[in-house]
Amino acid sequence: MIKTIHDWLFSVMPEWAASLTEMVLIAVFYLTLFAVIGLYLVLLERKVAAWFQMRKGPNRVGPWGLFQTMADALKLVTKELTGTTKADKFLYNLAPYFVIVTALVAMSVIPFTQSVQAFDINIGVFFLLAVSSIGVIGILLGGWSSNNKYSLIGAMRSGVQTISYELSVGLSLLTMVLLTGTLQLSEIIANQQEHGWLILQGHIPAIIAFMIFMIAGTAETNRAPFDLVEAESELGAGFHTEYSGMKFAYFFLAEFINMFIIASIAVTIFFGGWLSPFGITEGIIWLQPIWFTVKVVGIIFLMMWFRWTFPRLRIDQLLKLEWKYLLPLNLMNIVIMAIVIWLGWTI
Amino acid sequence: MTKDKITNDSFKTQEYFVNMGPQHPATHGVLRLILTIDGEIIKNIEPDLGYIHRSIEKMCERDSYQQIVHLTDRMDYLSSHINNHAVCLTVEKSLELEVTDRVKVIRTIIDELTRIASHTLWWGVMGMDVGALTTYFLAFRDREMINDIFEETCGARLTMNYNIPGGLMNDIHPNFIKRVKEFLVHFRKKLPEYDSLLTNNVIFQKRTKGVGILSYKDAISYGVSGPVARGSGYSSDVRKIHSYAAYDKVNFDEVLFTEGDTLSRYKVRIAEMWESMKIIEQLIDNIPEGDISVPTKAVIKLPKGEFYQKVETARGELGVYINSTGTKNPYRMKFRSPGLSNLNALNQMVVGGKIGDLVATMASLDIVVPDIDR
Repeated sequence: MIKTIHDWLFSVMPEWAASLTEMVLIAVFYLTLFAVIGLYLVLLERKVAAWFQMRKGPNRVGPWGLFQTMADALKLVTKELTGTTKADKFLYNLAPYFVIVTALVAMSVIPFTQSVQAFDINIGVFFLLAVSSIGVIGILLGGWSSNNKYSLIGAMRSGVQTISYELSVGLSLLTMVLLTGTLQLSEIIANQQEHGWLILQGHIPAIIAFMIFMIAGTAETNRAPFDLVEAESELGAGFHTEYSGMKFAYFFLAEFINMFIIASIAVTIFFGGWLSPFGITEGIIWLQPIWFTVKVVGIIFLMMWFRWTFPRLRIDQLLKLEWKYLLPLNLMNIVIMAIVIWLGWTI
Repeated sequence: MTKDKITNDSFKTQEYFVNMGPQHPATHGVLRLILTIDGEIIKNIEPDLGYIHRSIEKMCERDSYQQIVHLTDRMDYLSSHINNHAVCLTVEKSLELEVTDRVKVIRTIIDELTRIASHTLWWGVMGMDVGALTTYFLAFRDREMINDIFEETCGARLTMNYNIPGGLMNDIHPNFIKRVKEFLVHFRKKLPEYDSLLTNNVIFQKRTKGVGILSYKDAISYGVSGPVARGSGYSSDVRKIHSYAAYDKVNFDEVLFTEGDTLSRYKVRIAEMWESMKIIEQLIDNIPEGDISVPTKAVIKLPKGEFYQKVETARGELGVYINSTGTKNPYRMKFRSPGLSNLNALNQMVVGGKIGDLVATMASLDIVVPDIDR
């Protein structure tokens, strides 16, 4: 279908106009996807939280509360934007866009199905890591420019945390790249189509890498038990204390999109992306996005489970966990993976 | 020389002040802490009180003794029945009034139910303060049952006003015994869940073990009481030492932990809930028959003199001091609240720790601000 639209566009208008229209169409598609994913992840989070806490969760707006988050978003859009008088206005207004744009850009390389991937570059994994780590600049700016001590503490924590856990995310993915020999996400999936999911191919080192990735990924998205950035019992709301209305919604949605991105990476790298388990429905194209969604929701559920069960770490414990445990383990794991590949012990 | 100087100058840090409160999630009310912080490390804490001061002690001088009982509900609202109990005991002591055994036993049972209700709420909030949000709902599930029992018996769920000088306002509800037994069965099953969700969690242990240490010596010199004192190994249970109501008739252990850190204060409270259940179980089947109140005059006039009685609330030792000149009002009334002296020790416990330690330690003190500021 995408091919048909592409051909049709190029047949009716000049090449530059067709390309431009295509870009706009893709951008609109991704923005819609972005909003839908963000809003429904918020709903899922609230429902999951309710299940864990013996509550019913949102159930008033629409059946099963399906329009609750839409209504919330509408409220946030129409709300007045209040800010502090002594804030650094330019940076204060810029910060939410940093966060939301990086989340959107990172989404462009994720292969939702075999054909739906906006940007299939040969350094896909590297691109994802690079882009997702820019988001922290938005958080730092927001905390710094708000002229609020709690925000500043939150922003500083965020900086420390992201810089530390970036290493673990990168190294755990590197372990898997070692196995596939390519950074291109579509080829990583092609490899898995041929030889089976990477978590099975790489067995023990792959499982260790997956666990490290999940811990570091949760920390990357600033979610509990690593939510020191907004630690509401310590810092009020942390870096976004002074934001209101739509700007707050940007931070809020970006958190959920980042969670989606981390889950998508985990699914793509470890669980074969849109592939069906053991190729049982291979060839049925319309099942690809469904498999992808099922896997992503599974990983996201795991992350929500963390959040509603664990207490929060303290900042020094957070750093100790990364630098003294995860990083050495990760480096060792890469060596183990290399040995496994060298000796041909992969499945 | 120059090199050292440059290094020192370029890494010059500065301490700064942060107002934690009066509106802050961790201060559980309107407590204001003026923190001096160096980065994340706490250098000094100065509690600033007075945001919820309602001059209860002054109002007592205006009121009759029956009215004073109602005011005490608003001090430590989580152990309102125990506060009422303290005032009634003081008045009864001064009038040399002996209440019936039935009153004593019912008061004790409700005291202990109040203690469990207070400790479950504390547990929920403790979890929230260290970042585990689900604890709050588990705690409320169990606390709700106790509140329903209270509602059935005395009409109120929080500020109960069930005690009057000389006895109780009315008899227990016919369902009371059945409902309390149901609760005990329920809670015996559910209390181990608290351990599996929070106590045995590695992150929680790391957050609380060795954090906010209050030594045995400091516990005594700061005059802390209740679970905070017992977490430091200081035996201070008023129920044991100066037994009142029906506590001398029951077997229970005073829970003592000697580490003095946040985790040991936490464990004291969890263990106290087990002990409270033990006390209720011993009494619930043996409520003696008898009158629910000894008749007093409509206007109670205390004899001239000073009277003091202390009880063990969920937070520690609550002392009630009445200075009477023989009229229908006290000349001077003073409450020795457990929260204030427990809060005083905060600086001793937390300085040198991180902001996260402060929040965890404060949660383990189980502060109720209206109790500190009366």
